[in-house]
Amino acid sequence: MSLDAAMPRATAPAILPGSGGVRGALSDIFWRRPQLLLLLMLLPPVLWLGIVYIGSLVALLLQSFFSIDEFSGLINRQFTLKTYGDLLQAANLDIILRTVTMAALVTLASAVIAFPIAYYAARYARGRWKALFYLGVMLPLWSSYLVKIYAWKLILAKEGILTWLLAKLHLLWLLDAWLSLPIVGGNSLSVSSTGTFIVFVYVWLPFMILPVQAALERVPGNLVEASSDLGASPGQTFRNVLFPLALPGIVAGSIFTFSLTLGDYIIPQIIGTSRLFIGQAVYSQQGTAGNIPLAAAFTVVPIVIMGFYLWGAKRMGAFDAL
Amino acid sequence: MRSDRGPSAPIGLKLAATGGLLFLHLPILLIFVYAFTTEEKSFVWPPPGLTTQWFAVTWNRPDVWQALSLSVRVAAISTAIALVLGTLCAAAVSRTKFFGRETISLLVILPIALPGIITGIALRSAFALAEIPFSFWTVVLGHATFCVVVVYNNAVARFRRTSGSMIEASMDLGADGFQTFRHVVLPNIATALLAGGMLAFALSFDEVIVTTFTAGQQQTVPIWMLEELIRPRQRPVTNVVAMVVVLVTLLPILAAYYLTRDGDQIAGSGK
Repeated sequence: MSLDAAMPRATAPAILPGSGGVRGALSDIFWRRPQLLLLLMLLPPVLWLGIVYIGSLVALLLQSFFSIDEFSGLINRQFTLKTYGDLLQAANLDIILRTVTMAALVTLASAVIAFPIAYYAARYARGRWKALFYLGVMLPLWSSYLVKIYAWKLILAKEGILTWLLAKLHLLWLLDAWLSLPIVGGNSLSVSSTGTFIVFVYVWLPFMILPVQAALERVPGNLVEASSDLGASPGQTFRNVLFPLALPGIVAGSIFTFSLTLGDYIIPQIIGTSRLFIGQAVYSQQGTAGNIPLAAAFTVVPIVIMGFYLWGAKRMGAFDAL
Repeated sequence: MRSDRGPSAPIGLKLAATGGLLFLHLPILLIFVYAFTTEEKSFVWPPPGLTTQWFAVTWNRPDVWQALSLSVRVAAISTAIALVLGTLCAAAVSRTKFFGRETISLLVILPIALPGIITGIALRSAFALAEIPFSFWTVVLGHATFCVVVVYNNAVARFRRTSGSMIEASMDLGADGFQTFRHVVLPNIATALLAGGMLAFALSFDEVIVTTFTAGQQQTVPIWMLEELIRPRQRPVTNVVAMVVVLVTLLPILAAYYLTRDGDQIAGSGK
């Protein structure tokens, strides 16, 4: 009797019959022609990105070869390099130069601040501390971009916490002296280039820490010990051992800090002077001025700069550190 | 001289690393204090008094609720689209080698590698050329485009760890392609997809640059905040909204971290 209960299981075929119907047929077709399955899998994402994204990008770049009729304000759809000529006006070159300088300074400062954090996390932090360091970088990275800018508006405001802190330390004269300088100064930190610089560094810093840490994780600890055993001072070890090995990571991080600074238009608009950056120029050209061709030509600048940058970075092996 | 029980850091390095982490975290903590300040007109520090009344005021603001509801709907639909497209792409790229595979990876990463303003203005001018009016769906279109990459990154990392022989074993045992997907592939990649989905949600919920170009009258939470940043109308409400936004974005990040921390690549390291 008890055998009966076990019987169905024992007699069940080891290989199930094909499920049949449309589903089975489809499954069989995919098995016989994996290329077809591959094509079907790739089609939706490639169509989406190809049409929506690449299509828009190409359309935008084409428009940079159109020009705007200065009297009617209408776009003249004829191939011309006139818009690129406009781009080379002194005022526009000024904007490009200002943005690139800011991007370079921000990249440099991020690298300097990021290095100790990344090095500590890679070499000394273990177990729970490692996780804490990781989250300590991830949480600011993913916190809302606008909230971070808002926090700095609170900090840098004339009546804000920084002024209060400096007053407590009797260092207000230092702030006033800095603000009275040309270019970097201004009425208060929240309307000065210094403020813009601080916020850029703050917002992009995690993008620098992660790749530098990844590069440093790969440096064996005994390499540093060997260097000091052979008589190198900590400074020499840093210059000759650590820094060259961390460089691909720094270059990888700089791709983000540089590219993000080049394209940002919100930070300089909220915290900064009235002098424009590339992003703001693009925004105002396409919006209030209605000059899409010039806006498109402006966007070509960061694309070209980043193209060269990526090419150089690739030659330095930075992509392995990503 | 040096003990073998693992090196301890020089004091200068400790200070610099701690200082760096404080620099990253103190500004965000400050938001939490300002949400309770009694001051209405300025950003004065220290706060003259503490109150919870602004939470009630914010709770009764219909514009805040509308922005929040729009943001959640946009993020949910964009995440759903990104999950489908990102997983398909990851499956294709990791399972087979084919001509143009590198190009596909580049294509997926490009929307996030190029500055947001380029994606934004490209989409805007394309909508203008195609005479598509701005709507809820134009916002979703933009968001889904750059959300694909986070799902893709997570899914690709997981596919790489999943052995192909399991799929073959399933087929050998008589499961058809659909059954294999349902019972073998999906359980294996589920947590990676969940993590990727949460990160995509957080990314979309926070996105402002592309949204300013693809939205007409629609106000998502970041657009609402941007308006307040440019022309402050009610600072205490902004403080409260900022605090809520911090909490809403942090929870998915923590969850995604715990879902994938045992893996070889942890979610979110490439935003």
